[in-house]
Amino acid sequence: MSDAFQWLYSDIVKEHFQNPKNVFDPDEKFVADAEGVVGNIKCGDQMMFLLKIKDDTISDVRWRTYGCASAIASTSMLSSVIVGMPLREAYGIKPADIAKRLGGLPENKIHCSVLGDKALRAAIDSWLDKNGRSGEFKGEDAVVVCTCLNITDKDIEQAVKDGARTWEALQAATKIGTVCGGCKVKAEEFLHEFAHIYGA
Amino acid sequence: MDKRFVYLDYNATTPLRSEVKARLIEGLEVYANASSMHEAGRRARDRVERARASVAALIGARDPLSIYFTSGGSESNNTVFQTMYENARDPGRGPRRKIITSAIEHPCVLNSAAHLRDSGFPVVYLGVDSEGRLDLEALKAELDPESPGGPTLLVSVMAANNEIGSLQDMKEIVRLSKAAGALVHTDAVQAAGKVPIDVEDWGVDYLTLSCHKLYGPKGIGALYVRKGAPIQPLIRGGHQELGVRAGTYNNLGIIGFGLAAELALAELGEYQARVGALRERLRAGIMARLPLVHVNGHPVHNLPNTLNLSFPGAEGEAILLSLDLEGIEVSTGSACASGSLEPSHVLMATGVGPELAHGSIRFSLGRDTSEADIDYVLEKLPPIITRLRRMSTLNPVAACV
Repeated sequence: MSDAFQWLYSDIVKEHFQNPKNVFDPDEKFVADAEGVVGNIKCGDQMMFLLKIKDDTISDVRWRTYGCASAIASTSMLSSVIVGMPLREAYGIKPADIAKRLGGLPENKIHCSVLGDKALRAAIDSWLDKNGRSGEFKGEDAVVVCTCLNITDKDIEQAVKDGARTWEALQAATKIGTVCGGCKVKAEEFLHEFAHIYGA
Repeated sequence: MDKRFVYLDYNATTPLRSEVKARLIEGLEVYANASSMHEAGRRARDRVERARASVAALIGARDPLSIYFTSGGSESNNTVFQTMYENARDPGRGPRRKIITSAIEHPCVLNSAAHLRDSGFPVVYLGVDSEGRLDLEALKAELDPESPGGPTLLVSVMAANNEIGSLQDMKEIVRLSKAAGALVHTDAVQAAGKVPIDVEDWGVDYLTLSCHKLYGPKGIGALYVRKGAPIQPLIRGGHQELGVRAGTYNNLGIIGFGLAAELALAELGEYQARVGALRERLRAGIMARLPLVHVNGHPVHNLPNTLNLSFPGAEGEAILLSLDLEGIEVSTGSACASGSLEPSHVLMATGVGPELAHGSIRFSLGRDTSEADIDYVLEKLPPIITRLRRMSTLNPVAACV
């Protein structure tokens, strides 16, 4: 192949795919303060984040993933930006932020391969739980989906974690879309995305 | 070893072989309409008919006029399913409407069958065993006219699978189907040129071929139709191809197809021995260098060029792109490379489960593959798998320690 020929993804993705940063090495003694795992092997992606935390700031990070090239690259990129970052700020990082830093990703890859932010939040939530500060950052990064009842993507995520996999089950759990119903399309997108992450 | 370009995706398509390329360049001069009555037209037609005889010979068809040229495999398959649709509308044809096919067909057959299902035809997708061979007991049960869907109109089963290479017992499938009065179609796009095909011995009514899998040009294929089997045009128009396929003869494609078929038949034995040995060198070499490798497909009844392996703990798209960066071209059954969230329907039908399907790589070898190519893959692949497994949450090697 000619070097002038464009690779499948951006050169930044290629660099992080070939030389990922902060990958967990089983031979290294990395003692983590917090661990978060998300993903679903049925869909081909699974992600683990390990954090060292000092003074509410991430002091070091390691990760592992079973996933495609863009999953590896996006996690590597995320891991390289959160070291030294306050927990609260790291908690708010979105897939689109990571995709932007990578020089762009195809739309379907943003939804399906960028799991690092979810694994990171899972790790931070578990650390907050351990320190008696459960749910401290909840809601800060939430997107309101159902404006009638003020139901957010976080509420949908929780319902999916609790087992909802259909629109009807989601409505039963959250009452979403029971007033004007105008949010159904958007809500189903989130439902699909979270079902992908937490397993069909 | 110095960087090489190693193409191991011959089941996707093949490069044009030099003899066919030379024939195509010469054939560019054959401009006349092969339907014309004048000498130039008759000369063009003669080339078309000689190619038809070569294609007939490749599949053991006694009558060259049982070969209809099409634009490729998809058109051939669609023509058969469209014929079933037209046929069942004819009240004189009786009550047969049921379509039986397999769960591992090419999307072109699966979607054609699904289209008939949406039009009210009962359609059954038969399962396969863990090695990718059709469940013949299930076929027998479904062929029973008392089974749901009633008597069977068509059985369509691919002779060789494109992803894992498993071969079906076509003779037995035809025997069972004929005993129940059903028509039989087989998509032999992958089988042609790789294993012997004998339509007279198999007894199929329809067989699909594509030229670009045979080191010939793209955009040309054929459909074999047994004399007396119903056939309806998918493309209506002029009287070409006995009225079955309208459109001015594709002289160039047909001329190329004729030579590609002739060479494939002449070299079949040598191809099988040589490519089969290289495939075994690749399989044994990988198994010796890496732990926990799963071989997909059948150990005996398989295409000689196709090696489909699963690497638990490593994901297929990441493997494919890592190999691509080393100049090695393969394909994968992972969802991440398919544009959908679903992994390969073929591997899922064999029951290996999602992890092995996502971690599958198809190496399909060809006539240009060399021992040095295989050795290059044996050098480059193991560190890639080891690296991906080390960074994986599903590290099977660590779990074993």
